[in-house]
Order: sequence, then structure tokens, then C-alpha cells
Amino acid sequence: MEPCLDIRSLSAVLPNGQRVLRSVSLSVQPGEVRALVGESGAGKTMIGKAVLGVLPKSVRIVEGEMLIEGEDLGRLGEKARRNLIGARTALIPQDPLTALNPSRRIGPQMTDRLVRILRWSGERADKRIRQLLDEVQIRDPERVLKSYPHELSGGMRQRVLIAAAFAAEPRLIVADEPTTALDVTVQKQILRLIAQLQRDHGTAILFVTHDLGVVAKISQKVSVLYAGKVVEEADTAQLFAAPQHAYTRALIAATPRYTDPYASLKPVDEAVLAGLAAEIAAADQSWRPGHG
Amino acid sequence: MAEPLFSVRGLKVALPDMTRKPLIGRAPLAEILKGLDFDLPKGSVTGIVGESGSGKSTLGRALVRLLEPSEGSISLQGRDIAHLSEAELRPLRRDLQMIFQDPMSSLNPRHTIFSIIAAPLRQNGLGDRLKERVADALQRVGLPQSFASRYRHELSGGQRQRVGIARALALSPKFVLADEIVSGLDVSTQAQILTLLEKLAAEMGLTVAFISHDLSVIRRLCQQVIVMREGKIVEMSATDALFDNPKQAYTRDLLAAIPLPEIDADWLQPASPA
Repeated sequence: MEPCLDIRSLSAVLPNGQRVLRSVSLSVQPGEVRALVGESGAGKTMIGKAVLGVLPKSVRIVEGEMLIEGEDLGRLGEKARRNLIGARTALIPQDPLTALNPSRRIGPQMTDRLVRILRWSGERADKRIRQLLDEVQIRDPERVLKSYPHELSGGMRQRVLIAAAFAAEPRLIVADEPTTALDVTVQKQILRLIAQLQRDHGTAILFVTHDLGVVAKISQKVSVLYAGKVVEEADTAQLFAAPQHAYTRALIAATPRYTDPYASLKPVDEAVLAGLAAEIAAADQSWRPGHG
Repeated sequence: MAEPLFSVRGLKVALPDMTRKPLIGRAPLAEILKGLDFDLPKGSVTGIVGESGSGKSTLGRALVRLLEPSEGSISLQGRDIAHLSEAELRPLRRDLQMIFQDPMSSLNPRHTIFSIIAAPLRQNGLGDRLKERVADALQRVGLPQSFASRYRHELSGGQRQRVGIARALALSPKFVLADEIVSGLDVSTQAQILTLLEKLAAEMGLTVAFISHDLSVIRRLCQQVIVMREGKIVEMSATDALFDNPKQAYTRDLLAAIPLPEIDADWLQPASPA
């Protein structure tokens, strides 16, 4: 099967030459959820941004390919690339409050993308949005559509953005820490919704998170990142059953588990970090842009 | 159990509700804490858990008297501090220390780590042997002595949080309020900070109120847990009892909502109709 997203040996550098992505390869099959897990600075959000074509100007891709449903983004002109990304992908952001315009009502913000980018008629967009609001279990769509973002709770705002992301039937959604800002009971509801809509619509998701608990529940595949490098890639079930890389094992052991307090919350061993640093240094040593 | 350091009865706190403030005039008061009764046993670590808006941080602030309660008593070793004036509180301040969530904003960017840790020592009449005291504080939290001359931006998140702990503990307080101190940290760092606090609390015989939105970090560290919701205590019990046999439906919901790092295909299934 042709992957929905295929990233091949992607490297990116900052203006000072420092590598921030190190020959990253990963793929997301149609209808599959791949988690991208790592700690701060691992580059997980940057990969999401690269896919959506919204990398900060200071980050330069120096190597590798990104293919969406077989189409190589690097071979397309600027306009064609934007159109492809606009039509086939969507984002569920971390913080719904900053992702929404505070001075506009929810309704027009949700239909914007459909009307302006996908050239749908207003009527069709409106109908579609209401359908999606129903799918994310918003029972009073009239009130929500007329509200301003601050009038909704964090969970409600995130439901709105999930509905907006699925509305245009994207093939791929990048979900960037979509539940990190939420209370734990709301997080569970939102994860359930994302899983439900993902199944119903057959959408592929690249799910960026720092939380291995969320990885275990939402994803079928997982890539573990450290310093812009994929250190382990596996079926999610396999990763938890038999983690291969020392860093993955350390991350799992550091993650709190109230059911087993003494086997969890273990600080990451210095030796593991030293090993990682050596691994990164060795990879950089042998790396030449274009020959990586 | 040990005698209480804090004994709180009928605690109510009301704060101005700015969302309902008229254009001219005072904002009406909203009751944030609605009558709380609990003890914090001396030398114990108590977890205070709740979701946003539960009042857990307001409770912490009332305990260290950053806020004045509207009703009720806060007895600190037998003395009611609920309505003491700022002047009356001053001598008590060194015994009631705080560690905050975000060490980036709670550490002065223009001061060296030395002066950050030294400031409360000076203010509390411990200005003699300052170098020695700061060196002790750094050592206690596992930071190298060379950090004394650094600034906050030169430190990682975990190191900054260690400075926050060093500053709070330099005064050898009786009580430490730790408000969401690991929330902004990566899991590997989080584990280090929790382990450090666990060790120091035991060594120094500290009484700690550990406020967190996350029940999963509570179990190792705390001897008792208070679960809060909408300004009230939902459930309060010894830690193991709370985790093994939660009495209240809300506590069970909170526990069930934590995604454990293990495969569970049923977790995301909609709850079966009861």
C-alpha cells in the first residue's frame, strides 16, 4: 500500500549549521495513527511543521524527501505544493485558544478553510461543519457557532478544532500535542473522539506527543525521537512489550504509573544519555548533506 | 499519626470575580473554597489533587497566607494564622516556603543563582556565613558549586527547578508548598525532581503540600492525598487506600482517565452504558 505520508531521510539545519533533524525517516499508512514521541527539543513538532510546510524561516531542509500519497513535495512548485498540503492535510493544534482568532465567532472561523481554500459554497461548508459538530458530540451547535473562543471551555474549543480538522476530509492530520493543555478527564474524552473520527473517516494521523501513556492508547505505530533523530521505530504494542533502544526503556521507566509506583518514575541513567550523545555524534560524523 | 503542623477548619476563601465585574465599582466575590477541614501531619507529604478550577492552588496560597481566608481557621502548631496581619506574619514566613511551577518566571533573570538563594537568607537574619549556607543549599539539591555565579537562562528546566528547591529549603522551613513543580518538565527530569524532593522531605522532616493536577505522580511521594473539586474536598485518605480503594466516583474517574503507558485496547472505547 502506498503510504499516506512518507518521510525519507529528512535533515534540517539552523543558520549556524547545527542539525535539528537528523536523517529522519518515517511513514504513516492510510488510516493509521503514528505517534511521534520525544522530550522537549527532540524535534517532534518540527517534523509536523515540515509536513505542513510551515517550518520557521530559520530552519532549512538540506536533505531528504517528503511524499504525501506518493507526490513528492520537493518536486512541486510553491503553489502546487501549498494546494496539495491544503487539500490533503489538516492540523489539530496544542492550544486551541491561540489557534482561534479571539475576535471572531467560531462559525466563520470553521468554514473559512472550506470556503476560501477549498472553494466550497457557504451553504455546503455550513452543512458540513454542523455535521462534524454533531460527530464531536456538540449538542448545541447554534450556540457554539455564535460564540467567541473565550466563551467556550478548553475541551469545547478542542472539539471545535477537531471538527474543523476533519471537515475537509483530509487524508492526513498532524495532531500536535492536542490534549496536553487539558484536564485529564477531558483529555480522555478528546482522545476518544479523535480515535472515533479517525476510524470513521479512515484518516491517517501523525500524533505528536511527549506522553508515552497517550502513545500507548492512541497509536498503532510509534517513532521515538531524541535530538532530531529517530532512535526507535516499532508497532506500538511491540514497543511496550520489548523496547529495543536503551533510551526508550529509560523513557518508559521514567513515565509515572500509579499502579506500580516503585517501578516507575525512575530518573534516566546518565549512561543512557552518554550513549545517546555518542550515537548522535557518530551519526553527525559520517553525515554529509546529500550523501546521508 | 503525628500531631498536625496545620489544622484547618471550615476554611473558606472568596475572591473578586473579574468576569462579573461591572464597568464601575467592585467585582462581586466568588467563593473559591467552600469550607474545608483537614490536618497536615507534621513531617508528612500531602498530595492535593484536582482539575483546573478545583481550588487547589488557592488552598495552597491560603495555607502560606498569600491570601486571607474569608472564614474558618488555619492553625499552625496551635496558633490560628488565618487573619494575622502582614507584620504578625513576617516572623512566620521563613517557616512557610514555596516552590512554584515555573522556575523561569519565579527566578529573577538579572540575579545570579547565588543572590537568588541568598536573598531570603538575608531577609530572615541569616546573612552571616552566607557563602557557606548557599553552598550547602546547592549541594543539597545536587547542583555543582560553580552554578552560584550563573544566571537562570544558563540553566535547564530541571536545574532551574533545583534552584527553586534550594531557595525554599535554605531557610530550613517547617513547611513547603510545592505547586505543580514538575508540570512543565520532561518525564526524565520530572522523575529526578520528584526523587530529590522525596529524599529531602524525608531527610529534613519537612511537612509538604504537593499540589498537582496529576494523580500519577502523587503515589510515590505522598503519604496522604486530598482530592478536590469545585472548591470542596471530594475525598481524603492515606495514599495507598486512595489508589487501591477509591471511595468516591470522582476519584475513580480521575484514576481511570490517566493513560498508563501500557497497551489497553478497551481504554478508548466509549464507557458501556451502566
